[in-house]
Amino acid sequence: MDEHTVFLPRAEANRLLEALAGSGFGRILGPVARDGTLLFQPIKDWDDLPVGVRDVQQPGSYRLQQQDDPRCFAWANGPQALKPLTFTPREIIWRAQRSPDGALSFQAAQDDPEPTAVIGVRACDLAALDLQERHFMHGRFPDPWFRKRREALFLVGVSCAHPAETCFCASTSDGPAITRGHDLGMAELDEGYLLWAGTQAGKTLLERLDLDEATASQRRAVEREIHQATVTQKRTLPGRHLKQALYERLQAGHWADVGERCLSCGNCTAVCPTCFCHMEMDEPALNGQSSEHLRQWSSCFNAEHSFMGHFIVRSDTRLRYRQWLTHKLGSWHEQYGRSGCVGCGRCITWCPVGIDITAEAHALLQETPDA
Amino acid sequence: MKPRVSVHKFSSCDGCQLAFINAGPALLELAELVDIVHFAEAGPMDPDAPVDIAFVEGSISTQEEAVRIRRVRESARYLISIGACATAGGLQALRNFNAQGVGDWTRAIYARPEFIESLDTASAISAQVKVDLELWGCPVNAQQVFTAIRRLLFGALPFVDNEKVCQACKRQGIVCVLVTRGTPCLGPVTRTGCGAICPAFGRDCYGCFGPAENPNTAPLARRFQGLGLMPEDIARRFHFINSQAPGFLEEGLDWDQGTP
Repeated sequence: MDEHTVFLPRAEANRLLEALAGSGFGRILGPVARDGTLLFQPIKDWDDLPVGVRDVQQPGSYRLQQQDDPRCFAWANGPQALKPLTFTPREIIWRAQRSPDGALSFQAAQDDPEPTAVIGVRACDLAALDLQERHFMHGRFPDPWFRKRREALFLVGVSCAHPAETCFCASTSDGPAITRGHDLGMAELDEGYLLWAGTQAGKTLLERLDLDEATASQRRAVEREIHQATVTQKRTLPGRHLKQALYERLQAGHWADVGERCLSCGNCTAVCPTCFCHMEMDEPALNGQSSEHLRQWSSCFNAEHSFMGHFIVRSDTRLRYRQWLTHKLGSWHEQYGRSGCVGCGRCITWCPVGIDITAEAHALLQETPDA
Repeated sequence: MKPRVSVHKFSSCDGCQLAFINAGPALLELAELVDIVHFAEAGPMDPDAPVDIAFVEGSISTQEEAVRIRRVRESARYLISIGACATAGGLQALRNFNAQGVGDWTRAIYARPEFIESLDTASAISAQVKVDLELWGCPVNAQQVFTAIRRLLFGALPFVDNEKVCQACKRQGIVCVLVTRGTPCLGPVTRTGCGAICPAFGRDCYGCFGPAENPNTAPLARRFQGLGLMPEDIARRFHFINSQAPGFLEEGLDWDQGTP
């Protein structure tokens, strides 16, 4: 929130959707209660949002509950937010065609993305997007398709007043309040929404809405909820920079312990908003005259991921889990200047057997360093 | 000369051969690229003709099949087993758990049991002869079959997915039925290739594509117990379509007589 924070009464909330549509966003995505969770789907009306819905998250378990109140954002998160929008789960990168004389021609396969507004993004999601940008946009080999999709987004971040039991964004300093990465910031009260701009695009949208300033008591109410959402989080990581501590424990017995429990199914990497590993493959047409080159989400829990020439480097689950955790919490610091964990807790909830990254990290650090 | 291909049937429901026939236009396209010299269900009959690729559907369940598969192997440059019966014995291999009982069952079920000649066990093709490539599934995914053929025509090694079904779910945005509904989904230990059809329709994977690479079945079985399944139900999850597949076989046996 800032000194220009304004108030949008709940009864007028559709004005925000109208203003976004009027600003050229043909597609507006928001959280929708579906298939037992919250998914970002196209919305047309504020009532499409999950009114009165709560999420109850535990290691390996996610349930929705319905309550009798007007709030639309009184939950923590669903399995995905921004990652599938910018880092497409499976996409054709290029097509190759063989002409009758045998010559090959190549065409880029991507269309320009539709301008898309996303309402209900969390602070952890914005922090994760920033990390994905560092990887896909600001590295040595920028990804032009990621950039186009990213630049087509207008992000309405909503401060989180209802963290789940699995959340630990306070421990990673990535939430629960919206402080960066948003075009528009939002906080929900029973009577409506406080809005503030984060970018020029957000500022322009607020001017279009022409709302009254939020009152001091409304701001205080939001701050109280944010404070509450911070102190209720019980899970923590055992530090902000764990590279050294983890690297000193590569032979720890606990890696084998978690390797016994881990399914190496890759659910954690798929729901992690910062994990970016992928594989590329070719799918030729049966007649052999054309072919598509695809990129799709992969995982360090797959054998293929560590296949080098003629052997698999990480053949067992102990090594794959160690790779994931030491990269996520360790070597990300070298690559991207910070840890790869934003505290969203998704890897805990969506793990079929409920493995908890915070518990594993604490257990590892309790072991004595390697000799 | 075009490469020659055959499709052989052993003990099976024919569903995997139907994967070819249901492919429609792709099958006609295939017929222009290769000579289909033997495919009884579609017409051509020449079982002993030498071929570049022999596709084999079904398990080895009779003495006649145990002999015939050797002739198929001798006549083929590459032998590719397709579907759960050919790769792991299939549903009929459940009888392997009670091999002594086969004679009793035959007498109990058939009016004229003397016409039934079957082995005590049903086995995968790879238990009898060398198999060059296995394509799993009940039924096999036609796209996988055609992709394998295309790669062989290019002279390249076929690539077969062996990651877990979960990753196909997540890429398609399918919500986890185990985490949101507590259903005993085998996706975390099952090989993808089906496109996660069952979770896409809100039901739990029952493992028809067999074990994925590096399947850690024990913690998933314990999770099923936590969800309320009785030990015999857990055993049946693993002992169903791919009961003889390494990983599923042992896990099912572990729970067959109670909690391990």
